[in-house]
Amino acid sequence: MDWERLRIPLMLGPTLLVITVLFFGSLAFGLVQSLGFQPQIGNTTLTLDAYISVMFTGREAGQFWSGLLLTLWVAGASTFLSAALAVGLALLLRRTFFGKKLSVFLFQLNLPIPHLVIAIGMLLLFSQSGLLARFAGELGLISGPRDFPILTRDRYGIGIILAYVWKETAFFGIIVMAILQSLGDDYEAVAQSLGANRWQRFRTVTLPLIMPGLMSASIIVFAFTFGSFEVPRILGVQHPQMLPVLTLDFFLNPDLNARAEGMASSIIIALIVLALVFLYMYVSARTIRRD
Amino acid sequence: MSDAAPTASTNVSARDGNVGAAVRKVIFYLTIAFMCLMLVLPVIAFFFNAFAFRWFYPQFIPKEWSLQAWERLDLIPPEGERTLANFIALWLEVPDAVSALWLSLSIGAVVTGISILIGLPAARALGLYRFRGKRIVEFMIITPTIVPPIAFSLGLNINFIRWDLALADAGIPLDLAGSVVGVAIVHLVPVMPYVVLTLSGVFANYNADFEAQARSLGAGPIRIFFDVTFPAILPGLFVAGLFAFLVSWSQYLLTFLIGQGRVITLPMLLFSAAGSGNNAVIAVLSLIFIAPAVLILLVASRYLSGDSSAVGGFGRV
Repeated sequence: MDWERLRIPLMLGPTLLVITVLFFGSLAFGLVQSLGFQPQIGNTTLTLDAYISVMFTGREAGQFWSGLLLTLWVAGASTFLSAALAVGLALLLRRTFFGKKLSVFLFQLNLPIPHLVIAIGMLLLFSQSGLLARFAGELGLISGPRDFPILTRDRYGIGIILAYVWKETAFFGIIVMAILQSLGDDYEAVAQSLGANRWQRFRTVTLPLIMPGLMSASIIVFAFTFGSFEVPRILGVQHPQMLPVLTLDFFLNPDLNARAEGMASSIIIALIVLALVFLYMYVSARTIRRD
Repeated sequence: MSDAAPTASTNVSARDGNVGAAVRKVIFYLTIAFMCLMLVLPVIAFFFNAFAFRWFYPQFIPKEWSLQAWERLDLIPPEGERTLANFIALWLEVPDAVSALWLSLSIGAVVTGISILIGLPAARALGLYRFRGKRIVEFMIITPTIVPPIAFSLGLNINFIRWDLALADAGIPLDLAGSVVGVAIVHLVPVMPYVVLTLSGVFANYNADFEAQARSLGAGPIRIFFDVTFPAILPGLFVAGLFAFLVSWSQYLLTFLIGQGRVITLPMLLFSAAGSGNNAVIAVLSLIFIAPAVLILLVASRYLSGDSSAVGGFGRV
């Protein structure tokens, strides 16, 4: 027996066992269940019934599509807004100024705060009796809580987007700041000496340099906001609901058909997220080759 | 945006330049101040709500303060009775908030310990060696960080119930579904990847030759681990542990589904409070919930750089 050859498999074994059994096993089990495979009750043929039902024929099919649309909108808007804000803030914070350390710390403050808490924070801030409504009331901008616009538990997911922007700006920020730090400002100094103005330097030098890192962070954030449950549960409405919330509602429904639909919908979420990741890996591999 | 340094020294029409620079400086500071205020606004809202007393609309900053909400959660004895003995007596009765806090802390600690124990050898293999199938192993470990819990927790939920039936058939009275043990086990799924990725980064910069030297000097494997390996990887181990704890600490959906509403951790309590509409109680629970997170940020902020996988851990919290 050659023990040396077994060394690496033995070192990896426990970790891979945990991930395979608990994660990939559950994913695979969810997949076969969503395909109607239930040997206990004699169903051994695979069908797409649950998928067809959740997307087209079921009572809640309309909910699914409006939910998918809302999910894409929220994930896209949150990713774009927080990336843009983070780039702006990181560029400002790169200068040396009084209070820089404190600003950078506050910039990172939301990073370790759980999404659940940020979502609740948005309720306390943006609801009609929240902190900002009080502020507007004290300034006399609005005459009562009802005049304050509905920004949480609204149909367009504004509260959800706000929560993600608060949270993910810090996430993007730390990545962008690290990239900027490792680049230094030599490239921009060269561009400046060649006569480029501030906007030209940003557009043609800084942005292309931070773009690869920004793109990979964007994929992570988009995938996360696409599949996250807590924030839309707290800040969303009954209709339309984001896909993760809708999925759990289906699954917890006592009706067994609804449960299969929940399984199908969870697999759809997984497939969309995985497709995004593969797309990203393909795109980034191609750009690296071109360079 | 670093043009201030070279142009300021050229001194052409110095007065106009100075006025322009001063205006720009004021705008810069105002922008920074505004952004900082916006970023901390949620935390300010928590403090106002948690300590305010008779805080009526449209009052912005509370004029009266109290610990009412803290009393209501049985975390603090009523006014006039706040002696150490009363505090201890109150906490020994284990009010809901204390029991949730305790459960969250202990699950977090156990999950951190187990994940490091399991993940350390794997991280070493990934950081130090090249082998066939390494890319596949890395892919398998990274995937759970990208696929959201909602996608695998439904299947896991049913699997746990099936395994419980199988265990009962085998005469083992262990319930995974609806138990603290089951919840701690599933927390390993989101936690393990960050532990392995953080530690494999540590091992990538680790020189295993020192172990060979210690061995040639006659040290046994246990001695080598504690005298050579352990001190070298300790900082990385510390960071990995903090992130592991934080990821477990903030889990809601997995605890909810696998715990079947019977394992009441702090996020579970906070979630049900969020539906109650009592903002003061919600704010108190939120403050307790973010306290360790902010502490960890203070301790670990110097380890935060964009390329470290630890940041990914923060992103998922």
